[in-house]
Amino acid sequence: MTNQTEANGRANVNRSEAGRRGDGVRSDVFVSVERTERGGLSLDVTSRAEALYGESIRKDVTEVVNAFGLGDATVTVEDQGALPFVLAARVETALRRLGLEGDGRPARHPRTYPRTERDRLRRSRLYLPGNEPKFMINAALHAPDAVILDLEDSVHPLEKDAARIVVRNALRCLDFRGCERMVRINQHEAGLLDLDAVIPESPDLILIPKAQTVDDVRQVVERIREIQRGTEQPEPIWIMPILESALGIENAFDIARASENVVALTIGLEDYTADLGVRKTFEGDESLYARMRLVNASVAAGLQAIDSVFGNVGDMDALRAWATRSKGMGFEGMGCIHPRQIRPIHESFAPSEAEIEKSLTIVAAFELAQARGLSVVSLGSKMIDPPVVIRAQRLVETARRAGLISDESDIPKNAADS
Amino acid sequence: MISTSLDFVENSLGRRVPTLANGKAQVPFRGVGALEPVGRKHGPPIRSCKNYPASGDKRVPDLKTALERCGLRDGMVISSHHHLRNGDRVALMALQTAAEMGVKDLMWFPSASFPCQSPVIDLMDNGVVHHIEGSMNGPLGAYCSEGHMRGLGVLRSHGGRWQAIQDGEVKIDIAVIAAPTADAFGNADGSHGPSACGSLGFALADSIYAEHVIVVTDNLVPFPCVPWQIQGNNVDYVVEVDSIGDPSKIVSGTTQLTKSPDRLLTAEYVARFMRDVGIMRDGFSFQAGAGGIALAFVGFLKEMMREAGVKARFVRGGSSQYLVDLLKDGLTDYILDGQTFDLAGVESIGSDPRHVATSPFTSYNFHGKGNFAGIVDAVVLGATEVDLSFNANVVTHSDGMLLHGIGGWQNCLASGCTILALPSFRDRIPVIVDEVTTVTGPGELVDVVVCERGIAINPRRQDLLDAVKGTDLPIRSIEDIRSEVESLVGTPAKARVTDEPVAIIKWVDGSVIDTVWKVAQ
Repeated sequence: MTNQTEANGRANVNRSEAGRRGDGVRSDVFVSVERTERGGLSLDVTSRAEALYGESIRKDVTEVVNAFGLGDATVTVEDQGALPFVLAARVETALRRLGLEGDGRPARHPRTYPRTERDRLRRSRLYLPGNEPKFMINAALHAPDAVILDLEDSVHPLEKDAARIVVRNALRCLDFRGCERMVRINQHEAGLLDLDAVIPESPDLILIPKAQTVDDVRQVVERIREIQRGTEQPEPIWIMPILESALGIENAFDIARASENVVALTIGLEDYTADLGVRKTFEGDESLYARMRLVNASVAAGLQAIDSVFGNVGDMDALRAWATRSKGMGFEGMGCIHPRQIRPIHESFAPSEAEIEKSLTIVAAFELAQARGLSVVSLGSKMIDPPVVIRAQRLVETARRAGLISDESDIPKNAADS
Repeated sequence: MISTSLDFVENSLGRRVPTLANGKAQVPFRGVGALEPVGRKHGPPIRSCKNYPASGDKRVPDLKTALERCGLRDGMVISSHHHLRNGDRVALMALQTAAEMGVKDLMWFPSASFPCQSPVIDLMDNGVVHHIEGSMNGPLGAYCSEGHMRGLGVLRSHGGRWQAIQDGEVKIDIAVIAAPTADAFGNADGSHGPSACGSLGFALADSIYAEHVIVVTDNLVPFPCVPWQIQGNNVDYVVEVDSIGDPSKIVSGTTQLTKSPDRLLTAEYVARFMRDVGIMRDGFSFQAGAGGIALAFVGFLKEMMREAGVKARFVRGGSSQYLVDLLKDGLTDYILDGQTFDLAGVESIGSDPRHVATSPFTSYNFHGKGNFAGIVDAVVLGATEVDLSFNANVVTHSDGMLLHGIGGWQNCLASGCTILALPSFRDRIPVIVDEVTTVTGPGELVDVVVCERGIAINPRRQDLLDAVKGTDLPIRSIEDIRSEVESLVGTPAKARVTDEPVAIIKWVDGSVIDTVWKVAQ
C-alpha cells in the first residue's frame, strides 16, 4: 500500500501499484507497473482463472495499457478471479498513479430500465464500499430499493482514486436490475472530483455527506449541471443530503429547498451523536429531536424523510424494532449495511394488511362521495375528515408501489355502503 | 505408459471413454438404466470358525503381523474407509507398513482419500502403490491430473464402489478397517470411543467381500462391542493401536453455516421451491449436505415446516447439528444416516434410536433389490459445473484438474426431485456453462438448478414447470442464466487438456460415463 500512496497523484514516478493481494482476496486483482529503459511492454500474468481467462486477461490489460500510451515497462498482474470491469479499473488506477492519462473505460452495459422517479419507493438503500467490487456484483439480487456505491467513509483516504474508477466502471458495466443507483460522494473538493468521474455514467442520485448549509448542496448541483452541459437533454440527477451535525439539522428546511432536484433528506447518526458529544443508543432518545426535525422539514418541503443505517447486522429483531419505530415517526426508509437487513426493513416500512384494507375502504368512500357530489365523506355512521382521506390515499399509493395491491379489483366492492 | 495402447469409444452422452482400464474391459455408459447386469455376485472364499481361535480373541501384536498373516504380496488390493476423514491415520499406516515389508505395485482402494493421505504420493513414486481407485483431491488430485500415476484412476460413487465389489470388478485382498470401538472378536462400531466418527457404513462391503479383513482400533472393549455395525464373523485379525486418528479432524466440531448473503439467498430459494411446488408436505423426506447452500436451506425449510405444521417422515444424512435439531424438535421421525459430519451427529447416532446408521447397500446399491435413494422426495446437492443439458460435474475443476470424489452424489440423483444448489459463478469461473468439463451425472436426472440469479427447471420436468405457475419463484431458463453469467465473466476458453487419460468416471452401474484427461502444462 505504501508505494502506491507515495505514487498517488505524483507525475513521472517509475513504479506504481493498484488493487488487492494477500490471503483471502477474491474477485479482485493486484497490478504493478514498472517503467523500464527499453524492451517494450513485458506482461507477467498469474491468475486463479488462468485456464479459462489467461488469454483474455492479457488482451484486456494490453488494451488499457495501450490506451494510456505506456512505453517500455513491466506490468505484473496477480489475479484472484477479478471480473473484467475490475481488472480494467485496477490497471487504469496503476497507470494514473504513474501520472499517465487516457481513456480506460470498458464497454457500457446496455441500460434496460428507466431512470428513477422523484418520489419512488426508497425503503432500503444498501451501502457498497466503493473499493470493494466483489460486493457490488450481486448486490441487486437482494432487491434493495437502492444501492449506494460509496466513495466516502467506507473508502480508505489513500484509495479514493481507485474507488472512483471502480465505481465508474461498475456504473458502466453492472446491471443493477432497476435498483436506484446512488453514489455517496466525498465532502468538498474530493466530492467534486467524484462527480467528474461518475456523473457521465448517469447515476440516479447523489448523496451529499455532512451537508450543513444550502451552499453545500448548491455547489454539488452546480457542478453536476456543468458536467451535464453539452450532453443532450440532461436528465435530472436526484440529490439526497445527509445531515450529520447539529448545524445541518437546524438548517434542514433550507437544505430541503436548496434545489428542485433534492428528493429526500436523511440523517447520519454516528456523526450526529459525535457532534453532540453523546453516546448513540439503541433507544435513540439523543437523536429524537434531530430525527423529528428532519421528518418535519422534509414533509414541509414535500420530500421523503429517510432514516440512518442500523449497525448491528446480527440482530434482526432489534432491526425490526428500530424500523417499526422509525416508520412511526414518519420516516419512509432507512439504510442497510448488509443484504440480510433488506427484507426486515421492507416489511417494517410496509403498511400492514389491516392498514391497507382500512385505507382502501376510506378511499372508496371518498370516491363514492365525489361521484355523488357530496362534500361530506362518510363510512357507515362515521364522518371522515379530509386529512384522514389524504393519509389513506397516500398509504394506498405507497402500498401500490410496494406491490402490496395488485390492481383496482382489490378495492372492496360497495365499501362505502357497507 | 497406459495410454498408448488404449482404444476409445463414444458413450451415449458423446463422451470419449477408454474400453480398457488397468487391464480390465470397460463398458461405455449407454444411458440411465440401460445396462442389464447378469451372472452371480462375487463371493469371498469359504472360511471356517475351526481355523480361528475358539476363545474368540483374534488380536495380533501389530499391523505388520496382521498384514503378514493375510499373505500381503506384490500387486494386491488394499482397501480402507474414510469415515475418519482428514483425521485418519490407519490407511496411511497400512500402506507405509506394506512399504516397510518391501511389497510393490499395490492398488489402494479407499472409499475416499483426504489431504492427510498425500504421503501416498511418495509410495506411488517409489513403486509401493501402483495406482488409486477412489476419489483424489488436493495433492493426490494434482499428482493424478498431471499424469504421474502409473495406472488409471477410477472414480466411483459410494453405491458404485459396492457394485464394483459385488461384481468382482475390484477384488479386495485385504480390507483394513479403522474402528473407533471394537472387541477382540472383531465386532466393530463407529459411534463410540475417543475417535468416534458415527457410522462405519462405507467399510461394510469391504468387511463382507474382502479375502482378508483387519480391524484396527484404539478403543478395545470386552466382548461384545455393542452395537456392531461390522460383524466379527467377517474379521480375520484385530490390531490395537494408540490412535486411529486425530479426533479434531474426524469431525468438525460444529458444521458452519454459510454467512455469504448470496448463498443464503440461494438456500432460501431452494426452501421456497420445495414448499411452493408441494414437495414439503406431511410425511415427506429430503436429504441435506454437509455445508454451504446444501445445508443452509434446512434452516429456511425448518421455519416453513413449522409455519405449515408439517413433519418429515425421514431426513437423509450426512447428519449434522441441523438435522439433529429437526429430530429433537419433532420435525422428522427419523434420520437415516450415511455419514456423520459433526459432534452433534456423532452424539445423536450413538444415543438416539431414531438416528439410524445406513450403508451404501441399503441406500444406494445398483445390485440391491431396490434402494431407498428413490424414496427420498428431494435431495439438495452441489456441483462444480452444470451445463445447458443439465449434465453436472463434481469431480474436476473447470481447468480439468481432479478436485473432488463422487461420494454419494451420483446415487442421490435417483431421488424424486434432484436440486443442484450452487453459485452461478465462483470468482470469475462460471459454474453454469455450455458444456461441463467432466460429466459425473447425466442431465436427465438433474431436475432443478438453483443459484443466486434464479431457478432453472429441467424441461423434462413438465410437472415441476406446471407446479411453479402462479408462484413468485424466480423461474428462468438455464440458457438465460448462462447468458447473464457470461455477460459478467466473459466467454471462457476451453480447459487445456491432452488426449492422454488419467482417470475414468464410473456411473452407478459400473459403465464409464466420462474420462479425465491429463492437464496440459
